[in-house]
Amino acid sequence: MLDKALFYFFAGIAVAGAALMVTRRNAVHSAIFLIATLLATAGIFLQLRAEFLFIVQIILYVGGIMVLFIFVIMLVNLDVALHQIKFARQKWVALIVTLALTAQVGVMFWTTGKMPGQGFPILTAAPANRLPPNAEAVAKSLFSSYLLPFEIASVLLLVAMIGAVVMAKKRE
Amino acid sequence: MALFLLGVIGVIMRRNVIVVLMSIELILNAVNINLVAFSRLYGDVAGQVFALFVIADAAAEAAVGLGIIIAFFRNRETVLADEMDLLKW
Repeated sequence: MLDKALFYFFAGIAVAGAALMVTRRNAVHSAIFLIATLLATAGIFLQLRAEFLFIVQIILYVGGIMVLFIFVIMLVNLDVALHQIKFARQKWVALIVTLALTAQVGVMFWTTGKMPGQGFPILTAAPANRLPPNAEAVAKSLFSSYLLPFEIASVLLLVAMIGAVVMAKKRE
Repeated sequence: MALFLLGVIGVIMRRNVIVVLMSIELILNAVNINLVAFSRLYGDVAGQVFALFVIADAAAEAAVGLGIIIAFFRNRETVLADEMDLLKW
């Protein structure tokens, strides 16, 4: 009961923050609402027993990426953009794509519901003892079965770092 | 799902490129929630590990994207997607 209430609380904050983020005119307001959404997502992670991801989400996203965003927003001058129209003239493209994706999910639910021997795919809640506190397990898995992807990700981060520096450097 | 759709709407409709990038972060977060939820359902940490990789990718993407935005702003004095028409015929 409390679980459910908490989930709806976090999910409500996340969705409301996302909606406000997309519709705000000022990019700084957008960033603030995105932070609210990310924090709510972190709450959902914690509820799903992903403690390590909860911490990573807060430190990396809210502390790292969003600070980067806000720096750039401050760096580029926004006073001009504030007085112009908010949305590009692509309303119909957006509407069609969104409807198509919604229809896709709807069809997925519908077909799985019609499969023999299965009802509507309402997944029952996982038993409480299914996933014990698992930061250790994540680390073990990350450094054994997923060692190669881990190394590749580190190379990717290095490349991205160098690329960002080169890109943002002043040209003589 | 709603998060993902809002992110897609944001990517397509906003004029400010910075907000478009933020919408991409939103989409990645929606995917992460899904991964973690299924990881919890099946009691397997692989989903969480994968979500971790998604977060790393998101960080790399944000850094490079913002670098491009800064370079672009230095050249053209704008961050609006409509005015990036150098390759338009």
